[in-house]
Amino acid sequence: MAVSMNDSVTAGLPVRRKFDTGSLIGLVAIIVIGVAGYFLFPNNLALLTRIIAIMLLVLSIDLVTGYCGVATLGHAALFGAGAYGAGIAAVHFGITEPLTMTVVGAIAGALAGLISGIVILRAHGLPQLVLSIAVIHLFHEAANKASAWTGGSDGLAGIAPDALLGMFQFDLWGRTAYIYGLVLLIVVFLGLRVLVRSPFGMLARGAREDPIRISAMGASVKSVLLRMYVISGVVAGIGGALTAISTQVVGLDSLSFTLSAESLVMLVLGGTGSLYGAMIGTVVFMWFEDLVSAANPFHWLTMVGALLIAVVLFAPKGLYGSGAVILGRFKGGRK
Amino acid sequence: MQTVFSIAIDALAYGMVLFVISIGLSVTMGLMRVVNLAHGAFAMIGGYLASYAARDLGLGYAIATLIAVIGTIIIAIPIERFLYRRIYGAPELTQVLMTIGITFCIIGIANFLFGPTLKTIPLPQTLQGSADLGFRSIATHRIFAILCGLVVAGALWFFIERTAFGIKLRAAVDNAAMAAALGVRTEVVYAVSFAVAVGLAALGGVVGAELLPVEPYYALRYMVTFLVVVAVGGAGSIPGALIACLLLGAIDTTGRYLAPEYGEFFFYLAVILIVTIFPRGLAGRLK
Amino acid sequence: MSALFEVRGLNKNFGGLTVTNNVSLSMTTGDRVALIGPNGAGKTTFVNLVTGHLKPTSGDIRLAGQDITGANATSRVRMGLVRSFQVTRLFYDMTPEEHVALAVLQREKRSGRVMGHYAGMPEVMDEVREILELLGLVELSHLKVREIAYGQQRLLEIALAMALRPKVLLLDEPAAGVPQSETARIEHALDKLPSDLAVLMIEHDMDLVFRFAKRVIVLAAGTIIFDGSPKAVTQDARVREAYLGSYANASSAA
Repeated sequence: MAVSMNDSVTAGLPVRRKFDTGSLIGLVAIIVIGVAGYFLFPNNLALLTRIIAIMLLVLSIDLVTGYCGVATLGHAALFGAGAYGAGIAAVHFGITEPLTMTVVGAIAGALAGLISGIVILRAHGLPQLVLSIAVIHLFHEAANKASAWTGGSDGLAGIAPDALLGMFQFDLWGRTAYIYGLVLLIVVFLGLRVLVRSPFGMLARGAREDPIRISAMGASVKSVLLRMYVISGVVAGIGGALTAISTQVVGLDSLSFTLSAESLVMLVLGGTGSLYGAMIGTVVFMWFEDLVSAANPFHWLTMVGALLIAVVLFAPKGLYGSGAVILGRFKGGRK
Repeated sequence: MQTVFSIAIDALAYGMVLFVISIGLSVTMGLMRVVNLAHGAFAMIGGYLASYAARDLGLGYAIATLIAVIGTIIIAIPIERFLYRRIYGAPELTQVLMTIGITFCIIGIANFLFGPTLKTIPLPQTLQGSADLGFRSIATHRIFAILCGLVVAGALWFFIERTAFGIKLRAAVDNAAMAAALGVRTEVVYAVSFAVAVGLAALGGVVGAELLPVEPYYALRYMVTFLVVVAVGGAGSIPGALIACLLLGAIDTTGRYLAPEYGEFFFYLAVILIVTIFPRGLAGRLK
Repeated sequence: MSALFEVRGLNKNFGGLTVTNNVSLSMTTGDRVALIGPNGAGKTTFVNLVTGHLKPTSGDIRLAGQDITGANATSRVRMGLVRSFQVTRLFYDMTPEEHVALAVLQREKRSGRVMGHYAGMPEVMDEVREILELLGLVELSHLKVREIAYGQQRLLEIALAMALRPKVLLLDEPAAGVPQSETARIEHALDKLPSDLAVLMIEHDMDLVFRFAKRVIVLAAGTIIFDGSPKAVTQDARVREAYLGSYANASSAA
């Protein structure tokens, strides 16, 4: 594991306290930043909603890569499955109730997670990576071919979600969508905080650090990883459903290798093995993307590449991980 | 019958091009244990350089190819020295990120310098026609590609099995620490192998430009194809890579002929099946 | 009387090389057996065969009357055949408390829970506390494992094995790498193992073997050459030969 969870990051997981202060701080931070975003960028809510959706994808990658140590370049399959699941439910089955669409997306994501997991966990190392790339291409080709259901390369259009809870219409400015996204993010964040502290979360961390010890305890490492893949699919699927609901269209780019690779980059930029790292990485990356592609779209990929190289060379623990280390040293020095 | 024959020739030519490009990747991965996702980017650089030399400078095909190979090696040397050396022995995820970063940079720069359009490398007269075999005719370029593959396979075999450098290389693949203890300068072995690997990739990029067209997203489009060769063939194994290339060439070409509307669906399906059945690669199974 | 743990006619060949040659042994409840043998005797292979990491060429392994030869490594652990590691295998970012809690939860089949924290499960916490106390690790229970001394990590290895409540425990060199001054603590910990547990200890430290084991088995060149009391082992001519061979003028075995 390149960017292993370091002391300061794990210190965020309280050992004995029953009341989880870490979650409370995170919750407050998300709400404050989320509300600030709403008022500071009223014309950019679509982008902010997109950031939240991708954040869910990156959190989902963090579960398998950061917490379980499986490197994957095909995780957009789970996200795309959620997006298409929610979209197809709306367009072809008339399921336009947003909460139901989200649930459908989560289920589709979980299913895609199960399939990807079964395939990817068959191998280790390079073959595993190759499998993950092949899986995302396979999903992409399948969605492209099944154009009767997915709209193929034109994208799946005509998704018209009902008013949220029958009260809040999805408006032109994307206010409802943004607030819905923020609520989803908070729910997922709290759920994941519980998950990573739970016995299963410990088991997963153990499986990453020393799979042999885990199996010597009588637990099957593969089953741990597969279960995590399914959970990760739920999270990514919710993210996908959020895009379908907020943009009302699903494109093949949601099932692309590029999205898979970029979201892995976001995770590593923020720092693997920590929920905050995943969220910070997404915000920084997408903000950066917005800035650069507005200034010079030609150089976007070059910049991402350079950013990636810089992270590997200079901040191998990611922004959050390295920040936490520096902060830890500072605190340690003052003792 | 005619279709079967065309498929077979195309598959063979495609497989050989794959081999020329990927064999360097296989050897370096076996040697340095680096998951190198940027290998296709070097093949792409070769293609661009040859296209530039042949079309814009009006040089001959042979000269253009030579320029492409040497030029790519010259571009790759500082990349090896300053970036790859930092990740030898690093965890897999680090290697993936670094080499994907390099790939993205190269794609971005290629897009900027040469634009998003396809680049062709004009073939010389002698390679343009078709050879008459009596009962069928074959495009000369296909024959040329197949010959290139055979020559590369033979030369590599000789290089690895019959030269002093090959002995050092095999020792380093087998056990780098032991080889270093015996006085083999592994850094030099790494650098030379890397240069050869990149040169071969560039050669493959030029020779294969008819089959794998040169455009900025080349490096991403064929990334998995090259990696699959190594995963299926087993890192560092020449026969493994050869078998893998021919197999994948056959699957891909057959898919394109018989079910073009499915795109690469069957290719990736086959990749998944092969890798899940042989998670340690074909050569790994043979051992 | 049926044996709790039984190995019958176990063979393992690698190519033409026989590494384990017709090994048979049986253990009952409460046994304290030491398996010793010179380097290259095939002890590691034997451990791997018993734990299920290698498949034997022939022969079978039984646990509590059940044939487990075909069972994989994890299911053998679940059936009550647990091992410790010669080189410590722990999670360096976790605390001793978390380690033991994880082992207890795993044994209780509660490690798959995605909700709750073990600190909120009183029965788990009580047992964790009890085990840590028994091995004198309570003061360390909230430190990261990377921050505790090697001898203490070895104790934690034993704690993990205890937390799994095995029927048969395979201790692979429990004192390996521990300074002489601290082996007493390891020994002390071994004394605390439940009395009905059958323990097979692989060990080089003969002082520890003689103090711990009621029975000694000597493996040489893949074959059992001795199975008897610790007293008799030093007198046995074959054991002397296997160990001393070229050092014929040394005065005592081991």
